[in-house]
Amino acid sequence: MARIIVVTSGKGGVGKTTTSASISTGLAKRGHKTVVIDFDVGLRNLDLIMNCERRVVYDFVNVIQGEASLNQALIKDKRVETLFILPASQTREKEALTKEGVEKIINELSETFDYIVCDSPAGIEHGALMALYYADEAIVVTNPEVSSVRDSDRILGILQSKSRRAEMGQDPVKEHLLLTRYNPDRVERGEMLSVNDVEEILAIPLLGVIPESQVVLNASNQGLPVILEDQSDAGQAYDDAVARLLGEDREHRFMTAQKKGFFSRMFKGS
Amino acid sequence: MSDTANSGLKQSFQLKSASVSLTALELYYFDEEEFETNLRDKISQAPGFFKDIPLIISLEKYEGLDSELDFFKIIGSCRRHSIHVIGVRAANDDQRRLARGASLALLPGGSHRDQAATAPAPAHDAPISEHTAEPIEPAVVPSEPAPAKVVNQTVRSGQQVYAPEGDLIILAPVQAGAEVLAAGNIHVYGPLRGRALAGIHGAESARVFCQSLEAELVSIAGHYKISEDLQENGWKSAVQIQLRDDLLVVTPLDKA
Repeated sequence: MARIIVVTSGKGGVGKTTTSASISTGLAKRGHKTVVIDFDVGLRNLDLIMNCERRVVYDFVNVIQGEASLNQALIKDKRVETLFILPASQTREKEALTKEGVEKIINELSETFDYIVCDSPAGIEHGALMALYYADEAIVVTNPEVSSVRDSDRILGILQSKSRRAEMGQDPVKEHLLLTRYNPDRVERGEMLSVNDVEEILAIPLLGVIPESQVVLNASNQGLPVILEDQSDAGQAYDDAVARLLGEDREHRFMTAQKKGFFSRMFKGS
Repeated sequence: MSDTANSGLKQSFQLKSASVSLTALELYYFDEEEFETNLRDKISQAPGFFKDIPLIISLEKYEGLDSELDFFKIIGSCRRHSIHVIGVRAANDDQRRLARGASLALLPGGSHRDQAATAPAPAHDAPISEHTAEPIEPAVVPSEPAPAKVVNQTVRSGQQVYAPEGDLIILAPVQAGAEVLAAGNIHVYGPLRGRALAGIHGAESARVFCQSLEAELVSIAGHYKISEDLQENGWKSAVQIQLRDDLLVVTPLDKA
Protein backbone atom coordinates (compact mmCIF):
# COMPACT_ATOMS: atom_id res chain seq x y z
CA MET A 1 0.00 0.00 0.00
CA ALA A 2 1.37 3.36 -0.99
CA ARG A 3 1.33 6.32 1.33
CA ILE A 4 -0.59 9.18 -0.20
CA ILE A 5 0.80 12.62 0.55
CA VAL A 6 -0.95 15.79 -0.53
CA VAL A 7 1.01 19.03 -0.87
CA THR A 8 -1.48 21.79 -0.26
CA SER A 9 -1.80 25.36 1.04
CA GLY A 10 -5.04 27.10 0.17
CA LYS A 11 -3.12 30.13 -0.99
CA GLY A 12 -1.48 30.28 -4.39
CA GLY A 13 2.16 30.99 -5.13
CA VAL A 14 3.55 29.76 -1.84
CA GLY A 15 5.61 26.94 -3.34
CA LYS A 16 3.36 23.88 -3.58
CA THR A 17 4.66 22.70 -6.93
CA THR A 18 8.29 23.41 -6.00
CA THR A 19 7.71 21.41 -2.83
CA SER A 20 5.93 18.55 -4.62
CA ALA A 21 8.82 18.28 -7.07
CA SER A 22 11.49 18.29 -4.38
CA ILE A 23 9.73 16.02 -1.90
CA SER A 24 8.90 13.43 -4.55
CA THR A 25 12.44 13.59 -5.94
CA GLY A 26 13.83 13.25 -2.42
CA LEU A 27 11.69 10.22 -1.65
CA ALA A 28 12.64 8.59 -4.94
CA LYS A 29 16.34 9.35 -4.42
CA ARG A 30 16.18 7.33 -1.24
CA GLY A 31 15.02 4.36 -3.26
CA HIS A 32 11.27 4.62 -2.72
CA LYS A 33 9.20 4.16 -5.84
CA THR A 34 7.39 7.46 -6.07
CA VAL A 35 4.84 9.06 -8.38
CA VAL A 36 3.92 12.73 -8.30
CA ILE A 37 0.52 13.71 -9.65
CA ASP A 38 -0.29 17.22 -10.86
CA PHE A 39 -3.88 17.98 -9.79
CA ASP A 40 -3.78 21.49 -11.19
CA VAL A 41 -5.88 20.73 -14.25
CA GLY A 42 -5.91 23.68 -16.61
CA LEU A 43 -2.84 25.34 -15.08
CA ARG A 44 -0.28 22.61 -15.21
CA ASN A 45 3.19 23.52 -13.99
CA LEU A 46 4.71 20.47 -12.45
CA ASP A 47 5.97 19.16 -15.79
CA LEU A 48 7.94 22.40 -16.25
CA ILE A 49 9.61 22.15 -12.88
CA MET A 50 10.34 18.47 -13.46
CA ASN A 51 11.63 19.30 -16.92
CA CYS A 52 9.45 16.79 -18.71
CA GLU A 53 7.07 19.16 -20.50
CA ARG A 54 8.26 18.00 -23.91
CA ARG A 55 7.46 14.41 -23.10
CA VAL A 56 3.80 14.81 -22.14
CA VAL A 57 1.61 12.74 -24.43
CA TYR A 58 -1.31 11.68 -22.26
CA ASP A 59 -2.37 13.19 -18.98
CA PHE A 60 -4.29 12.55 -15.77
CA VAL A 61 -7.68 13.39 -17.31
CA ASN A 62 -7.04 11.13 -20.31
CA VAL A 63 -6.50 8.26 -17.90
CA ILE A 64 -9.60 9.09 -15.84
CA GLN A 65 -11.70 9.18 -18.98
CA GLY A 66 -10.25 5.93 -20.25
CA GLU A 67 -8.54 7.46 -23.27
CA ALA A 68 -5.14 6.21 -22.19
CA SER A 69 -3.71 3.68 -19.78
CA LEU A 70 -1.73 4.72 -16.72
CA ASN A 71 1.44 3.33 -18.21
CA GLN A 72 0.98 5.46 -21.29
CA ALA A 73 0.52 8.60 -19.24
CA LEU A 74 3.23 8.11 -16.60
CA ILE A 75 6.48 9.87 -17.43
CA LYS A 76 9.67 8.38 -16.10
CA ASP A 77 12.06 10.92 -14.65
CA LYS A 78 15.42 11.10 -16.38
CA ARG A 79 17.45 11.90 -13.28
CA VAL A 80 16.02 9.65 -10.60
CA GLU A 81 15.32 6.04 -11.47
CA THR A 82 12.32 5.42 -9.23
CA LEU A 83 10.43 8.64 -9.93
CA PHE A 84 7.40 9.02 -12.18
CA ILE A 85 5.26 12.01 -13.08
CA LEU A 86 1.58 12.02 -13.94
CA PRO A 87 0.99 15.38 -15.59
CA ALA A 88 -2.21 17.41 -15.49
CA SER A 89 -4.24 18.27 -18.51
CA GLN A 90 -3.82 21.81 -19.72
CA THR A 91 -6.95 21.89 -21.84
CA ARG A 92 -9.61 20.40 -19.59
CA GLU A 93 -11.51 21.76 -16.63
CA LYS A 94 -11.03 20.74 -13.03
CA GLU A 95 -14.48 19.14 -13.00
CA ALA A 96 -13.03 16.41 -15.20
CA LEU A 97 -11.54 15.01 -11.98
CA THR A 98 -14.25 12.84 -10.50
CA LYS A 99 -14.00 11.21 -7.11
CA GLU A 100 -14.44 7.76 -8.64
CA GLY A 101 -11.96 8.44 -11.42
CA VAL A 102 -9.29 9.71 -9.03
CA GLU A 103 -9.89 6.80 -6.68
CA LYS A 104 -9.46 4.28 -9.48
CA ILE A 105 -6.12 5.77 -10.48
CA ILE A 106 -4.85 6.10 -6.94
CA ASN A 107 -5.80 2.50 -6.22
CA GLU A 108 -4.00 1.35 -9.33
CA LEU A 109 -0.90 3.37 -8.46
CA SER A 110 -1.03 2.11 -4.88
CA GLU A 111 -0.33 -1.40 -6.09
CA THR A 112 3.10 -0.59 -7.47
CA PHE A 113 4.28 2.62 -5.81
CA ASP A 114 5.52 3.34 -2.29
CA TYR A 115 4.61 7.01 -2.29
CA ILE A 116 2.00 9.00 -4.18
CA VAL A 117 2.56 12.75 -3.95
CA CYS A 118 -0.43 14.86 -4.94
CA ASP A 119 0.38 18.41 -6.02
CA SER A 120 -2.77 20.37 -5.16
CA PRO A 121 -3.98 23.45 -7.02
CA ALA A 122 -4.51 26.62 -4.98
CA GLY A 123 -7.89 27.42 -3.52
CA ILE A 124 -10.43 25.28 -1.75
CA GLU A 125 -12.48 24.32 -4.76
CA HIS A 126 -13.03 21.04 -6.50
CA GLY A 127 -9.46 20.48 -7.72
CA ALA A 128 -7.98 21.07 -4.27
CA LEU A 129 -10.62 18.89 -2.64
CA MET A 130 -9.88 16.05 -5.05
CA ALA A 131 -6.14 16.36 -4.38
CA LEU A 132 -6.55 16.05 -0.62
CA TYR A 133 -9.48 13.63 -0.48
CA TYR A 134 -7.49 10.39 -0.51
CA ALA A 135 -4.50 11.68 1.47
CA ASP A 136 -2.91 9.86 4.39
CA GLU A 137 -0.59 12.76 5.11
CA ALA A 138 -0.63 16.43 4.23
CA ILE A 139 2.24 18.82 3.79
CA VAL A 140 0.79 22.26 4.35
CA VAL A 141 3.02 24.75 2.58
CA THR A 142 2.92 28.14 4.27
CA ASN A 143 4.74 31.43 3.77
CA PRO A 144 5.54 33.43 6.87
CA GLU A 145 2.83 36.02 6.37
CA VAL A 146 -0.68 36.36 7.78
CA SER A 147 -2.80 35.67 4.72
CA SER A 148 -0.92 32.49 3.92
CA VAL A 149 -1.24 31.35 7.54
CA ARG A 150 -4.97 32.05 7.48
CA ASP A 151 -5.41 30.03 4.30
CA SER A 152 -3.37 27.17 5.70
CA ASP A 153 -5.63 27.14 8.71
CA ARG A 154 -8.62 26.92 6.40
CA ILE A 155 -7.16 24.01 4.47
CA LEU A 156 -6.36 22.22 7.76
CA GLY A 157 -10.02 22.54 8.69
CA ILE A 158 -10.97 21.04 5.34
CA LEU A 159 -8.53 18.16 5.81
CA GLN A 160 -10.23 17.46 9.12
CA SER A 161 -13.73 17.49 7.71
CA LYS A 162 -13.72 16.68 4.02
CA SER A 163 -10.96 14.12 3.48
CA ARG A 164 -11.80 10.47 3.04
CA ARG A 165 -10.23 9.70 6.41
CA ALA A 166 -12.53 12.25 8.05
CA GLU A 167 -15.61 11.02 6.22
CA MET A 168 -14.88 7.39 7.05
CA GLY A 169 -14.09 8.20 10.68
CA GLN A 170 -10.55 6.81 10.37
CA ASP A 171 -7.43 8.26 11.97
CA PRO A 172 -7.08 11.86 10.87
CA VAL A 173 -4.77 12.91 8.05
CA LYS A 174 -1.27 13.41 9.46
CA GLU A 175 -0.42 17.08 9.14
CA HIS A 176 3.00 18.62 8.50
CA LEU A 177 3.88 22.27 8.37
CA LEU A 178 6.42 23.31 5.77
CA LEU A 179 7.42 26.94 5.99
CA THR A 180 8.78 28.23 2.69
CA ARG A 181 10.34 31.52 1.56
CA TYR A 182 11.67 32.02 5.05
CA ASN A 183 13.97 34.98 5.45
CA PRO A 184 15.53 35.20 8.92
CA ASP A 185 16.80 38.74 8.29
CA ARG A 186 13.33 39.99 7.55
CA VAL A 187 11.98 38.12 10.55
CA GLU A 188 14.49 39.93 12.73
CA ARG A 189 13.38 43.23 11.28
CA GLY A 190 9.79 42.31 12.10
CA GLU A 191 8.73 42.21 8.46
CA MET A 192 7.86 38.53 8.51
CA LEU A 193 6.25 36.14 10.95
CA SER A 194 8.75 33.93 12.75
CA VAL A 195 8.70 30.14 12.77
CA ASN A 196 7.41 30.28 16.32
CA ASP A 197 4.58 32.64 15.38
CA VAL A 198 3.38 30.35 12.62
CA GLU A 199 3.77 27.20 14.69
CA GLU A 200 1.87 28.84 17.51
CA ILE A 201 -1.03 29.83 15.29
CA LEU A 202 -1.36 26.66 13.26
CA ALA A 203 -0.42 24.24 16.03
CA ILE A 204 0.81 21.41 13.81
CA PRO A 205 4.25 19.75 13.77
CA LEU A 206 6.96 21.50 11.78
CA LEU A 207 8.38 19.42 8.93
CA GLY A 208 10.88 21.98 7.75
CA VAL A 209 11.80 25.55 7.00
CA ILE A 210 12.93 26.35 3.46
CA PRO A 211 14.91 29.57 3.28
CA GLU A 212 14.06 32.17 0.69
CA SER A 213 16.67 31.78 -2.01
CA GLN A 214 17.52 32.73 -5.54
CA VAL A 215 18.55 29.10 -6.05
CA VAL A 216 14.89 28.01 -5.84
CA LEU A 217 13.91 30.33 -8.66
CA ASN A 218 16.88 29.41 -10.82
CA ALA A 219 16.31 25.71 -10.32
CA SER A 220 12.61 26.03 -11.20
CA ASN A 221 13.44 27.95 -14.35
CA GLN A 222 15.86 25.24 -15.40
CA GLY A 223 13.37 22.47 -14.69
CA LEU A 224 15.36 21.11 -11.79
CA PRO A 225 13.80 20.12 -8.47
CA VAL A 226 15.75 22.30 -6.03
CA ILE A 227 16.49 19.33 -3.76
CA LEU A 228 19.01 18.22 -6.40
CA GLU A 229 20.98 21.44 -5.82
CA ASP A 230 22.56 19.75 -2.85
CA GLN A 231 25.10 22.48 -2.21
CA SER A 232 22.38 25.08 -1.67
CA ASP A 233 20.68 25.82 1.65
CA ALA A 234 17.21 25.40 0.10
CA GLY A 235 18.19 22.03 -1.38
CA GLN A 236 19.55 20.84 1.95
CA ALA A 237 16.48 22.12 3.76
CA TYR A 238 14.28 20.03 1.46
CA ASP A 239 16.51 17.03 2.04
CA ASP A 240 16.06 17.49 5.80
CA ALA A 241 12.31 17.70 5.31
CA VAL A 242 12.24 14.44 3.36
CA ALA A 243 14.33 12.76 6.05
CA ARG A 244 11.91 13.95 8.73
CA LEU A 245 8.97 12.80 6.64
CA LEU A 246 10.52 9.33 6.72
CA GLY A 247 10.84 9.47 10.48
CA GLU A 248 14.43 10.61 10.83
CA ASP A 249 15.20 13.08 13.57
CA ARG A 250 17.05 16.07 12.16
CA GLU A 251 17.67 19.40 13.73
CA HIS A 252 16.06 22.41 12.05
CA ARG A 253 18.46 24.65 10.16
CA PHE A 254 18.46 27.95 8.30
CA MET A 255 16.18 29.57 10.82
CA THR A 256 18.47 32.29 12.15
CA ALA A 257 20.03 35.22 10.40
CA GLN A 258 23.65 34.76 9.29
CA LYS A 259 26.00 36.92 11.27
CA LYS A 260 27.66 39.16 8.75
CA GLY A 261 31.33 38.30 8.64
CA PHE A 262 34.17 40.71 8.15
CA PHE A 263 34.35 40.17 4.42
CA SER A 264 30.69 40.48 3.66
CA ARG A 265 30.64 43.71 5.65
CA MET A 266 33.63 44.95 3.68
CA PHE A 267 32.00 44.16 0.37
CA LYS A 268 28.50 45.16 1.35
CA GLY A 269 28.14 47.43 -1.61
CA SER A 270 28.97 44.90 -4.26
CA MET B 1 -44.74 2.31 12.94
CA SER B 2 -47.38 3.32 15.48
CA ASP B 3 -47.25 2.44 19.11
CA THR B 4 -49.93 -0.09 19.93
CA ALA B 5 -48.47 -1.43 23.11
CA ASN B 6 -51.17 -0.30 25.49
CA SER B 7 -54.38 -0.13 23.58
CA GLY B 8 -55.72 -2.13 20.77
CA LEU B 9 -56.82 1.11 19.22
CA LYS B 10 -54.52 2.32 16.50
CA GLN B 11 -54.10 6.05 16.18
CA SER B 12 -52.23 7.90 13.53
CA PHE B 13 -50.89 10.36 16.06
CA GLN B 14 -50.75 11.38 19.65
CA LEU B 15 -50.88 14.85 21.09
CA LYS B 16 -48.14 15.58 23.53
CA SER B 17 -47.13 18.53 25.55
CA ALA B 18 -43.91 19.99 24.23
CA SER B 19 -41.89 22.87 25.50
CA VAL B 20 -39.74 24.53 22.91
CA SER B 21 -37.38 27.42 23.23
CA LEU B 22 -37.48 29.71 20.26
CA THR B 23 -36.48 33.12 19.07
CA ALA B 24 -38.84 36.05 19.44
CA LEU B 25 -38.61 39.18 17.38
CA GLU B 26 -39.63 42.09 19.53
CA LEU B 27 -41.18 44.57 17.16
CA TYR B 28 -41.23 48.28 18.06
CA TYR B 29 -42.68 49.60 14.82
CA PHE B 30 -42.91 48.34 11.29
CA ASP B 31 -41.44 49.82 8.18
CA GLU B 32 -40.87 47.30 5.45
CA GLU B 33 -37.56 48.67 4.18
CA GLU B 34 -36.09 49.25 7.60
CA PHE B 35 -37.24 45.87 8.73
CA GLU B 36 -35.58 44.20 5.78
CA THR B 37 -32.30 46.11 6.33
CA ASN B 38 -32.19 45.42 10.05
CA LEU B 39 -32.97 41.79 9.50
CA ARG B 40 -30.22 41.45 6.95
CA ASP B 41 -27.71 43.07 9.31
CA LYS B 42 -28.67 40.77 12.14
CA ILE B 43 -28.39 37.70 9.98
CA SER B 44 -25.04 38.68 8.57
CA GLN B 45 -23.64 38.43 12.10
CA ALA B 46 -24.35 34.71 12.21
CA PRO B 47 -25.54 33.53 8.86
CA GLY B 48 -25.64 29.83 9.71
CA PHE B 49 -27.61 30.31 12.85
CA PHE B 50 -30.71 31.94 11.43
CA LYS B 51 -31.27 29.49 8.64
CA ASP B 52 -34.66 27.78 8.90
CA ILE B 53 -35.38 28.82 12.46
CA PRO B 54 -38.94 29.35 13.66
CA LEU B 55 -39.68 32.85 14.87
CA ILE B 56 -42.48 34.48 16.80
CA ILE B 57 -43.32 38.16 16.60
CA SER B 58 -43.67 39.70 20.02
CA LEU B 59 -45.91 42.76 20.07
CA GLU B 60 -45.47 43.60 23.72
CA LYS B 61 -43.50 46.73 22.93
CA TYR B 62 -45.11 47.57 19.64
CA GLU B 63 -45.67 51.30 19.43
CA GLY B 64 -46.66 51.74 15.80
CA LEU B 65 -50.16 51.88 14.38
CA ASP B 66 -52.00 48.64 13.99
CA SER B 67 -52.79 49.65 10.43
CA GLU B 68 -49.05 49.63 9.65
CA LEU B 69 -48.67 46.15 10.96
CA ASP B 70 -48.52 44.08 7.81
CA PHE B 71 -47.89 40.49 8.77
CA PHE B 72 -47.76 39.37 5.16
CA LYS B 73 -44.82 41.67 4.54
CA ILE B 74 -43.09 40.54 7.73
CA ILE B 75 -43.55 36.91 6.79
CA GLY B 76 -42.32 37.62 3.27
CA SER B 77 -39.18 39.40 4.50
CA CYS B 78 -38.38 36.62 6.92
CA ARG B 79 -39.08 33.95 4.35
CA ARG B 80 -36.56 35.52 1.99
CA HIS B 81 -33.96 34.94 4.70
CA SER B 82 -35.18 31.39 5.38
CA ILE B 83 -36.79 32.33 8.68
CA HIS B 84 -40.26 30.95 9.38
CA VAL B 85 -42.69 33.15 11.28
CA ILE B 86 -44.99 30.84 13.18
CA GLY B 87 -46.98 33.09 15.44
CA VAL B 88 -47.46 36.27 17.40
CA ARG B 89 -47.62 36.89 21.08
CA ALA B 90 -48.87 39.67 23.27
CA ALA B 91 -51.21 40.90 20.57
CA ASN B 92 -54.29 43.04 21.28
CA ASP B 93 -57.63 42.18 19.72
CA ASP B 94 -57.06 44.07 16.49
CA GLN B 95 -53.59 42.63 16.11
CA ARG B 96 -54.93 39.17 16.77
CA ARG B 97 -57.39 39.60 13.96
CA LEU B 98 -54.60 40.62 11.62
CA ALA B 99 -52.45 37.72 12.73
CA ARG B 100 -55.29 35.27 12.23
CA GLY B 101 -55.74 36.68 8.73
CA ALA B 102 -52.12 35.79 8.02
CA SER B 103 -52.60 32.27 9.42
CA LEU B 104 -50.27 32.88 12.33
CA ALA B 105 -50.62 31.10 15.65
CA LEU B 106 -51.64 33.20 18.67
CA LEU B 107 -49.47 32.72 21.71
CA PRO B 108 -50.07 33.97 25.22
CA GLY B 109 -48.80 37.45 25.94
CA GLY B 110 -45.42 38.58 27.21
CA SER B 111 -44.36 39.41 30.71
CA HIS B 112 -46.35 42.61 31.11
CA ARG B 113 -49.78 41.63 30.01
CA ASP B 114 -49.94 38.03 30.86
CA GLN B 115 -48.06 36.85 33.88
CA ALA B 116 -49.37 33.35 33.78
CA ALA B 117 -47.22 31.69 31.21
CA THR B 118 -43.97 33.55 30.82
CA ALA B 119 -40.42 33.28 31.92
CA PRO B 120 -39.09 35.68 34.53
CA ALA B 121 -36.25 36.87 32.37
CA PRO B 122 -36.79 39.63 29.84
CA ALA B 123 -37.83 36.91 27.56
CA HIS B 124 -36.34 36.73 24.17
CA ASP B 125 -37.00 33.06 24.56
CA ALA B 126 -40.62 32.29 25.02
CA PRO B 127 -41.40 28.87 26.34
CA ILE B 128 -44.36 27.75 24.38
CA SER B 129 -46.53 24.74 24.56
CA GLU B 130 -48.25 23.12 21.69
CA HIS B 131 -51.48 21.19 21.80
CA THR B 132 -51.64 20.97 25.53
CA ALA B 133 -54.10 18.61 26.99
CA GLU B 134 -52.64 19.17 30.43
CA PRO B 135 -52.25 22.58 31.96
CA ILE B 136 -49.21 24.51 30.90
CA GLU B 137 -46.31 23.86 33.17
CA PRO B 138 -45.16 27.06 34.74
CA ALA B 139 -42.03 28.04 32.92
CA VAL B 140 -40.42 29.20 36.12
CA VAL B 141 -39.71 25.62 37.08
CA PRO B 142 -36.11 25.10 36.03
CA SER B 143 -35.87 22.38 33.48
CA GLU B 144 -32.96 19.97 33.21
CA PRO B 145 -29.96 22.04 32.16
CA ALA B 146 -28.84 21.26 28.65
CA PRO B 147 -25.49 19.45 28.58
CA ALA B 148 -22.52 21.50 27.45
CA LYS B 149 -20.98 20.73 24.10
CA VAL B 150 -17.27 19.98 24.44
CA VAL B 151 -14.85 20.34 21.54
CA ASN B 152 -11.27 19.09 21.78
CA GLN B 153 -10.02 20.04 18.35
CA THR B 154 -8.80 23.36 17.05
CA VAL B 155 -11.67 25.22 15.40
CA ARG B 156 -10.09 26.24 12.10
CA SER B 157 -10.80 29.14 9.80
CA GLY B 158 -14.06 28.58 7.96
CA GLN B 159 -15.39 26.10 10.50
CA GLN B 160 -18.41 26.72 12.66
CA VAL B 161 -19.27 25.08 15.97
CA TYR B 162 -22.75 25.54 17.31
CA ALA B 163 -24.25 24.56 20.64
CA PRO B 164 -27.98 25.12 20.06
CA GLU B 165 -28.70 24.68 23.75
CA GLY B 166 -26.45 25.02 26.73
CA ASP B 167 -22.80 25.95 26.92
CA LEU B 168 -19.95 25.45 24.51
CA ILE B 169 -16.56 24.44 25.87
CA ILE B 170 -13.58 24.44 23.55
CA LEU B 171 -10.29 22.97 24.73
CA ALA B 172 -8.28 24.29 21.81
CA PRO B 173 -7.76 27.49 19.88
CA VAL B 174 -10.54 29.12 17.90
CA GLN B 175 -8.76 30.42 14.82
CA ALA B 176 -9.30 33.63 12.91
CA GLY B 177 -12.12 33.09 10.46
CA ALA B 178 -13.79 30.46 12.64
CA GLU B 179 -17.11 30.96 14.37
CA VAL B 180 -18.40 29.48 17.64
CA LEU B 181 -22.00 29.93 18.76
CA ALA B 182 -23.89 28.84 21.85
CA ALA B 183 -27.22 29.37 23.52
CA GLY B 184 -25.37 29.63 26.81
CA ASN B 185 -21.80 30.50 27.78
CA ILE B 186 -18.73 29.96 25.66
CA HIS B 187 -15.46 28.83 27.22
CA VAL B 188 -12.32 28.77 25.13
CA TYR B 189 -9.29 27.20 26.81
CA GLY B 190 -6.91 28.58 24.24
CA PRO B 191 -6.69 31.77 22.25
CA LEU B 192 -9.98 33.07 20.87
CA ARG B 193 -9.05 34.47 17.47
CA GLY B 194 -12.32 34.00 15.62
CA ARG B 195 -15.88 35.05 16.35
CA ALA B 196 -17.71 33.99 19.50
CA LEU B 197 -21.46 34.47 19.86
CA ALA B 198 -22.91 33.53 23.25
CA GLY B 199 -26.54 33.70 24.28
CA ILE B 200 -27.71 33.52 20.70
CA HIS B 201 -31.31 32.91 21.77
CA GLY B 202 -31.17 36.09 23.79
CA ALA B 203 -29.83 34.91 27.13
CA GLU B 204 -28.34 38.15 28.40
CA SER B 205 -26.67 36.43 31.32
CA ALA B 206 -24.45 34.39 28.99
CA ARG B 207 -20.72 35.07 29.10
CA VAL B 208 -17.65 34.40 27.04
CA PHE B 209 -14.47 33.17 28.72
CA CYS B 210 -11.17 32.78 26.97
CA GLN B 211 -7.49 32.36 27.75
CA SER B 212 -6.36 34.95 25.28
CA LEU B 213 -8.69 37.51 23.78
CA GLU B 214 -7.73 38.00 20.14
CA ALA B 215 -11.25 37.79 18.76
CA GLU B 216 -12.65 39.19 15.55
CA LEU B 217 -16.00 39.62 17.21
CA VAL B 218 -17.63 38.81 20.52
CA SER B 219 -21.39 38.89 20.89
CA ILE B 220 -23.70 38.26 23.81
CA ALA B 221 -27.43 38.12 23.19
CA GLY B 222 -26.99 40.12 20.03
CA HIS B 223 -24.87 42.87 21.57
CA TYR B 224 -21.48 42.72 20.00
CA LYS B 225 -18.04 44.27 19.84
CA ILE B 226 -15.64 43.91 16.97
CA SER B 227 -11.90 43.39 17.21
CA GLU B 228 -11.19 47.11 16.90
CA ASP B 229 -13.24 47.91 19.99
CA LEU B 230 -11.80 45.04 21.99
CA GLN B 231 -8.17 46.12 21.71
CA GLU B 232 -8.05 48.56 24.61
CA ASN B 233 -9.09 46.15 27.33
CA GLY B 234 -7.65 42.76 28.11
CA TRP B 235 -6.39 42.13 24.60
CA LYS B 236 -4.28 38.98 24.35
CA SER B 237 -4.95 38.07 27.96
CA ALA B 238 -7.30 35.82 29.86
CA VAL B 239 -10.67 37.54 30.22
CA GLN B 240 -14.35 37.09 30.63
CA ILE B 241 -16.88 39.13 28.73
CA GLN B 242 -20.35 39.80 29.99
CA LEU B 243 -23.28 42.05 29.30
CA ARG B 244 -23.99 44.90 31.69
CA ASP B 245 -26.64 47.51 30.86
CA ASP B 246 -26.57 46.50 27.21
CA LEU B 247 -22.80 46.95 27.06
CA LEU B 248 -20.15 44.29 26.72
CA VAL B 249 -17.74 44.48 29.63
CA VAL B 250 -14.34 42.80 29.50
CA THR B 251 -12.73 41.84 32.79
CA PRO B 252 -9.42 40.08 33.32
CA LEU B 253 -9.94 36.62 34.74
CA ASP B 254 -7.46 37.07 37.56
CA LYS B 255 -9.48 40.04 38.83
CA ALA B 256 -12.87 38.49 38.36
